[in-house]
Amino acid sequence: MDKHISSQFDAELTGVSSRVLELGGLVESQTRHAVYALAQFSSEVAEQVVATERQVNALEVEIDAELASIIARRQPTARDLRLLMAISKITGNLERAGDEAERIARMVKQILAQGSPRNLPSSELRVAADLATALLRKALDAFARLDVNTALVILKEDDLIDAEFNGFVRKLITYMMEDPRTISASLDLLFVAKAIERIGDHAKNIAEFVIYVVKGADVRHTALTDIEKAVL
Amino acid sequence: MPDKTPTSNAIEVRNLDFYYGKFKGLKNVNLDIAENRVTAFIGPSGCGKSTLLRTLNRMYSLYPGQRAEGQINFYGQNILDKGQDLNLLRAQIGMVFQKPTPFPMSIYDNIAFGVRLYENLSRSDMDERVESALTKAAIWNEVKDKLGQSGLSLSGGQQQRLCIARTVAVKPKVILLDEPTSALDPISTAKVEELVSELKKEYTVAIVTHNMQQAARVSDFTAYMYLGELVEFGQTEQIFMKPAKQETEDYITGRFG
Repeated sequence: MDKHISSQFDAELTGVSSRVLELGGLVESQTRHAVYALAQFSSEVAEQVVATERQVNALEVEIDAELASIIARRQPTARDLRLLMAISKITGNLERAGDEAERIARMVKQILAQGSPRNLPSSELRVAADLATALLRKALDAFARLDVNTALVILKEDDLIDAEFNGFVRKLITYMMEDPRTISASLDLLFVAKAIERIGDHAKNIAEFVIYVVKGADVRHTALTDIEKAVL
Repeated sequence: MPDKTPTSNAIEVRNLDFYYGKFKGLKNVNLDIAENRVTAFIGPSGCGKSTLLRTLNRMYSLYPGQRAEGQINFYGQNILDKGQDLNLLRAQIGMVFQKPTPFPMSIYDNIAFGVRLYENLSRSDMDERVESALTKAAIWNEVKDKLGQSGLSLSGGQQQRLCIARTVAVKPKVILLDEPTSALDPISTAKVEELVSELKKEYTVAIVTHNMQQAARVSDFTAYMYLGELVEFGQTEQIFMKPAKQETEDYITGRFG
């Protein structure tokens, strides 16, 4: 992006953007650890994920304060304004993705507390979990580079996670019907699956805001074909 | 919020060129000024925004060597045609300047002076006209008890509103404001801006301002000018959220230069 006459303004925008990426990095590792804790049924790693939550929350609050300060002092317009609006929304989405990771970690601990976790089809969640983590990383990349093409790819790939989620729910139902004693643990796993699916949704939202920054088009709640038309 | 409902045009500028002697100050400008809306002109110093405003009521004709070519259709009538009654035109298209210019006479006479040039009103009708003009300019409550005092005794912000009242008093159709708040403090500025939003209910307003945020706040349409050319013209919201041209974007985001 071309520079402002005020280099201080440039520094502020760069500063708050890199804070978002810092937050993103934190949430991404939270997600990765949550998925690992699930795969390995590791109480220790799950505990770590829960502990990171506090950092994520603090960073979210800091970023919001920076945004408010920039808006109050600079009266941003056009692309600058869109960037700050998008950052505000992206921060919210990242924080909630972090909440979902924490939810997964708590479920893992709960399943462990109930015993015999390895009888559950948790490995079936692997594909969706890896997809969601990758999607989140891609969304952060797209934001860092303000890259519309990557954003479009994310919008497409989120559908894959949704499909995986639906498939997994069907499997869980079969599983619970076969052995009613697993119903309680299966429900926990259902919440985990839902959390993974939500992380994918947050990544998708972030991608939509990248498009908003670059193209000025608000593509939320819009069919993918229409988005492509608006963007290309 | 900017008013987006469609309206007819008060002024239509077509292929307008303007010359200061040999220097071409405006190059083929085309734009419409919508009735009962506020149209703002922004751009760096020397871009031609004040020049354009001054063509709209032929203020430039006061100066030798300045001429305009093209068309400025004011409700269908090309005001650049020969034989225009310029005094009448300037009553219909009033102008308020950067620095408040009250006459060195009483507040009452500041308003009545212009009216007397065009109309012969009875004392009570004139009283009514003065009160209504001062009310429309949102200054009546501040001056109603001292109408006999000199206009120069008012503060800068009050003087500017007095000048707006003076313009309003002769019942114009269009009001041109040339940087009306650049000499005012923030409170007076806010009052004038508030007034502009009121004025557009009855009048068409065109405003030149260096303060981009002011254009964003008060106008429905914004024109960005640079080096005598109209670079972009559109709804204010679109210009400030998503300008179509890179030059406009650079200017309003402060990347210009």
